Amino acid sequence: MMRRFFLISVPYLWLLALFLVPFVIVLKISLSDVALARPPYMPQFDWATGIGAFLSELDFENFTWLTEDDLYWKAYLSSLKIALISTFFTLLVGYPMAYGMARAPQEWRPTLMMLVILPFWTSFLIRVYAWMGILSNEGFLNQFLLWTGVISEPLTILNTNSAVYIGIVYTYLPFMILPIYSALERLDGSLIEAAEDLGCSRLTAFWLVTIPLSRPGIIAGSFLVFIPVLGEFVIPSLLGGSSTLMIGKVLWEEFFSNRDWPVASAVAVVLLLILVIPIVLFQRNQQKQQEAEQ
Amino acid sequence: MTRMSWFNAVSLTLGFAFLYIPMVILVIFSFNESKLVTVWAGFSTKWYGELLQNEAFLNAAWVTVKVAVMSSTIATVLGTMAAYVLVRGGRFMGRTLFSGMIYAPLVMPEVITGLSLLLLFIGIGLDRGVMTIVLAHTTFSMCYVSVVVSSRLVTFDKSLEEAALDLGCSPSEAFRLVTLPIIAPAVISGWLLAFTLSLDDLVIASFTSGPSATTLPIKIFSAVRLGVSPEINALSTLMIAIVTVGVITASLVTKRQMVRQKRDEQAAART
Amino acid sequence: MIQFQNVTKRFGEFTAIDDLTIDIYEKEFFALLGPSGCGKTTMMRMLAGFETPTEGKIFLAGQDIAPVPPNKRATNMMFQSYALFPHLSIWENIAFGLKREKMPKHDISDRVDEMLRLTRLEKFASRKPHQISGGQRQRVALARSLAKHPKLLLLDEPLGALDKKLRQDTQFELMDIQEKTGTTFVIVTHDQEEAMTVASRVAVMDHGKIIQVATPDRIYETPNSVYVADFIGEVNIIDGVVTPNGEESYSLTWKEGQAPLNVQSPAPFSDGQKCHLAIRPEKVTINSEKPEGVDNAVQGKILDIAYLGNISTYHVELPSGAVIKAQSANTRRISRRAFTWEDTVWLSWTATAGVLLAE
Repeated sequence: MMRRFFLISVPYLWLLALFLVPFVIVLKISLSDVALARPPYMPQFDWATGIGAFLSELDFENFTWLTEDDLYWKAYLSSLKIALISTFFTLLVGYPMAYGMARAPQEWRPTLMMLVILPFWTSFLIRVYAWMGILSNEGFLNQFLLWTGVISEPLTILNTNSAVYIGIVYTYLPFMILPIYSALERLDGSLIEAAEDLGCSRLTAFWLVTIPLSRPGIIAGSFLVFIPVLGEFVIPSLLGGSSTLMIGKVLWEEFFSNRDWPVASAVAVVLLLILVIPIVLFQRNQQKQQEAEQ
Repeated sequence: MTRMSWFNAVSLTLGFAFLYIPMVILVIFSFNESKLVTVWAGFSTKWYGELLQNEAFLNAAWVTVKVAVMSSTIATVLGTMAAYVLVRGGRFMGRTLFSGMIYAPLVMPEVITGLSLLLLFIGIGLDRGVMTIVLAHTTFSMCYVSVVVSSRLVTFDKSLEEAALDLGCSPSEAFRLVTLPIIAPAVISGWLLAFTLSLDDLVIASFTSGPSATTLPIKIFSAVRLGVSPEINALSTLMIAIVTVGVITASLVTKRQMVRQKRDEQAAART
Repeated sequence: MIQFQNVTKRFGEFTAIDDLTIDIYEKEFFALLGPSGCGKTTMMRMLAGFETPTEGKIFLAGQDIAPVPPNKRATNMMFQSYALFPHLSIWENIAFGLKREKMPKHDISDRVDEMLRLTRLEKFASRKPHQISGGQRQRVALARSLAKHPKLLLLDEPLGALDKKLRQDTQFELMDIQEKTGTTFVIVTHDQEEAMTVASRVAVMDHGKIIQVATPDRIYETPNSVYVADFIGEVNIIDGVVTPNGEESYSLTWKEGQAPLNVQSPAPFSDGQKCHLAIRPEKVTINSEKPEGVDNAVQGKILDIAYLGNISTYHVELPSGAVIKAQSANTRRISRRAFTWEDTVWLSWTATAGVLLAE
């Protein structure tokens, strides 16, 4: 009994102290006011005045501020837009790859799988950095395009949203490929044959059978890309330009440059509220899939 | 069939080219003589030499490794415990909250995790340094470990544990002698995952580190913000090389184990 | 209707079908029977269009079908795994092939309802495949493949996934539906009982070759080889040397110390030819006394009795050490049964009971 209590309580307390409590603090600070003090917000909890006085000083001013200053809601919208578009492109690149892997000879598949996972183990930062040298004005892509004669003037790609899209597709591709691959690999080949037997051409069989049956994989992959991209910071700050608005970047700057902790906290709380929807949908998709397998 | 596999071959080739060409270019230009990263000026390893004399980078690398080893080890212990509790723990007070706290950090944007932990450390007056980064990294990577381990525990035949208890093991002996050896591969890959996540993390470390402790990603990030530099290329190449060797070795070892197991099974089937 | 002309199919080194020539007629229920790996599934897949012959030609209604892709063939297949589309309802599964033909909506609806009636699935039309039982899934697969009025329906181990009782009921249903629709059925199976029950003609296959094609009763009563005799049902094989002793009549010398056996055979054998005599156990009579006026009688000791309910199989050891199986119907209650272990008994059979097969 002691042992069970110990097993449960140690990780439980750890997560309470270092996950839940910090969260409550964020929530509390988001309701506080900015102050020229250390730490730079108020009110501070004071045992003398009691909890009533403390609570009465909290308000939703920061949230009102978020709706008034158009920087914030523009940043949220632009994050959503970038996340949606880049998820779509990741799917466009990832699906044919996952399909090719699932149709590859059995003995190749572990190697292909490893090739997809390998970049995931190398540093995220380095993978983003690699594109800086490629996309810059005198970078390899421009050199190559000038050399082939496709363009006569170097294209400005780095520090634009296009560079952000490329960076996201590149770094999140494995997250898209793996769930789709596992859905496609499980697909019973006789279903495709049955569709052809019943009069489908290869293309209609793909459209009517393969796509619908890999849908759980597509949904899982899309959420695995969409959710983290929404709060992405490194890619927009390295590949994006000053016009690239993403909420992760805004939060970072609000905190480190403006030192406005209450607003940064409010930004975080709203971002989380936005994320709840896709997370719940994702969870439901995974659950449905699990039930279907049983 | 042939028409389709032609299409597959093309999409796989293009896809893997997309995945690997940027890294290949990065590696090639780490050996470039010139300071300009995009113009080839002859082979040289001078950037590696310079890198090895850059005290700041070496210090940051040392801090990073220290943090990664500590946080991944604690995270593995805590994560395995959490996985065991989730899969075998039965019902207890606040189980839903517990599993929620295990899964939430996986989808939590790093900026939020970093921000909230920083606010906590300031709130309780903890000085920021190696210690706070370790705490932060442990917290999010233990969740990854517990997901990896619990997926193994779910498929694990519970009657093996029951057999051990039936044969006279105490619960902790049963865990040590039966459960742990069987879930060991998952625990090890959980540790590796936690280790890489910690090595890789920029955002959370930036929030939770203090002036006394700078990790390698923070160092790289501030250098890279100013533009590409051959020194960073050299550093990246080293990191890519280490990871590649590690992953390939691991996959060869597991492959050999599988081949051996198959051979043993075939031999057993013949007798 | 279907003709295989010298068809050979190789997968790399492995020859799945070896120079095979066979005709299958219209409206027949044809069974391909053989152990796994004998090439029966490959034959079916060539008919469906998923494999092409390495050599030779296949004709369907006089037309070479090699260049016709599976989706354009007038054949439909019922898959071993049923291959029901899990994301579509039963109704949509059955309508799937019809929609591909661009059939008008209400015609599709009529046809699907007709198929649902035929297979007694009306109540399940809106369910998904995982919400119905194995037997119902089997009927959906059948309905789906019949919906397009195929000239030829291919059934790959259609009953393999069902339990024994359900299988027997379904066999009769299949025959019923085949009769009602008048479609040519080709069934692949490794279960000889199933092949014998449903098919009007059976082809026994081994190693990519057809050993014998005949009606079920002829396959059983007059197998053309030891392989077929042994594959279909139980059989006693007695090796020996024949001497002709009359019109279609031979005497078979077998074990030392045993009287020669009298055998009749329409097929000619030469003097001194080595032969196998195949006798079904149910054609061997078991008696406690030596029977009078029989063609063949041997004495032996009961070694084993397998009680199967309706019949019992006796394993009788002869003095020479050979074991012969005899079957008798259990028309009496068990307590009155005449024989038990270690009893000495007489086995007898007529000269026409067995089939004489060449080496």
